Amino acid sequence: MKMVQIKDLVYRYFRRDDDDNIIETIEAIAGVNMDVEKGQFIAILGHNGSGKSSLAKHINGLLQPAEGAVYVKGMNTSSEEEIWRIRQSAGIVLQNPDNQIIGNIVEEDVAFGPENIGIPTQDIWTRVAESLEAVGMEAFRLSSPNRLSGGQKQRVAIAGILAMEPECIILDEPTAMLDPKGREDVIKTVHRLNKEKGITIILITHKMDEVVDADKLFVMDHGKVVMSGTPREVFSDVEKMKEHRLEVPHAAELAYELREEGIPLPEMIMTKKELVKALCQLS
Amino acid sequence: MSIKLENVSYQYRDSKRRPALSHVTLEIKKGEFIGIAGHTGSGKSTLIQHFNGLIRPTGGTVLFDGENIHEQGYSLKELRGKVGLSFQYPEHQLFEVTVFEDVCFGPKNLGLPQDEIQKRAKQALELVGMDEKYYEKSPFELSGGQKRRVAIAGILAMEPEYFILDEPTAGLDPVGRDRILQLLKRLHEEKGITIILVTHSMEEIADYVDRILVMEQGRLRFDDTPSEVFQHKDELEQMGLSVPFYSSLIDELRQNGYFSEDSEVSAITLQEAKQAILENWKRDQQS
Repeated sequence: MKMVQIKDLVYRYFRRDDDDNIIETIEAIAGVNMDVEKGQFIAILGHNGSGKSSLAKHINGLLQPAEGAVYVKGMNTSSEEEIWRIRQSAGIVLQNPDNQIIGNIVEEDVAFGPENIGIPTQDIWTRVAESLEAVGMEAFRLSSPNRLSGGQKQRVAIAGILAMEPECIILDEPTAMLDPKGREDVIKTVHRLNKEKGITIILITHKMDEVVDADKLFVMDHGKVVMSGTPREVFSDVEKMKEHRLEVPHAAELAYELREEGIPLPEMIMTKKELVKALCQLS
Repeated sequence: MSIKLENVSYQYRDSKRRPALSHVTLEIKKGEFIGIAGHTGSGKSTLIQHFNGLIRPTGGTVLFDGENIHEQGYSLKELRGKVGLSFQYPEHQLFEVTVFEDVCFGPKNLGLPQDEIQKRAKQALELVGMDEKYYEKSPFELSGGQKRRVAIAGILAMEPEYFILDEPTAGLDPVGRDRILQLLKRLHEEKGITIILVTHSMEEIADYVDRILVMEQGRLRFDDTPSEVFQHKDELEQMGLSVPFYSSLIDELRQNGYFSEDSEVSAITLQEAKQAILENWKRDQQS
């Protein structure tokens, strides 16, 4: 089943002068097609300004297409009747944890979503407990969010989405403001939710080491999808990635450079372990 | 000419926890390019705020060119013109109507004459690569990387001798990040500005700095050249820091017998690792 279907999506925004006349039209998304199957872990890569965040915001109807359409579980995000069901199915986690936390204590924050959609009180507490456990934050249930680190806040934000029991979670650069430990915890949590709960994950990032385990990657530039495939396929084209102002994982880059120098290394090396093994086999 | 900390400790008021800094002694000489690394909460942000007197130590002394900066009569205002500090996400502090005015704010505060203010603002914007066509734009119309460069220009316009930056590349994409790091390198080489860079990515600074300070739990754990510091792989990992990818790759190649046990091969950058592997491979081919 298709979790998300994006068809010929175009999105523009306008710059206006003081009299509200349009002085510039910017095409942030310029004709994107994308299918995400239920249960997949996909990643969307692109430099800042490539259109990836605008795309993410279309998936749960925060932005509306200028042309084309976006479907979540077959529901059109332009339909006002469906929008709440869409947002319940597809939750979004944003970059800055401080902009997403509203409760005075952690459990209150996580309960906010289900409370809003009229879940009975008893069920809310079950959901809160389960969600906090799923992100490994149950010990902080009664803490004040101010006292948490960035990574912990981000996991509380994810728990808040989980409490809505979504089938899909979109994460828009969730680790950009975190330290290495916080990053690792968030990425591990997201992978666990995908594997254990079968939640479809759409991860938007420009950090390559976060996506080596994804099922499929989409690379965006100038509002278009310019590359797609498994991480191995995408990362083997080092030059093309650089053209799109992205890096490849270190091991892939070094393997590429060594191949250029004539060392017969296999293509599709992505990790340090693979590179060590390949080099040792040569000598 | 230096910033010198002698046995500096700092305890946040009404905090029952361990001091944010304990007995830190170090000296930063004019002209250095230094990286400060440490996990969140290690004390690195508290440390740098001592360098320009934003925080007064609860123990020990801070000396600038040999003078105690907290002695009565010492002008902290003047010091802050010489030691510029850029906080994390400095672009959040842009507030003027135009890019140019924002960059003028610092030198204006130093009480300089109008033509000098404008001259400095122009130079600073030129240094960070912001063209004249941006001068009259609102800072809010710029991209994230551009905003950050404008914020950096605002400090450069004060013509500091020392420039401290807290996580200057956080949240930028690879191109934005390299641009900022290249800019700092240029400021160091061409203008002789002392650069002090705070980060939690060793990877990022390894190519640039001459010396790394590693903080852990308020203490200065290492103070050495990058290659010396990266020898302590296990300890760094315990502190939640990672050694650069290429250092640990060479390490693992040695453990797996690709390099002989007693070889002194080491690498920090891609180029160094490539060189080491190529030499080894060519030797193998010949034998």
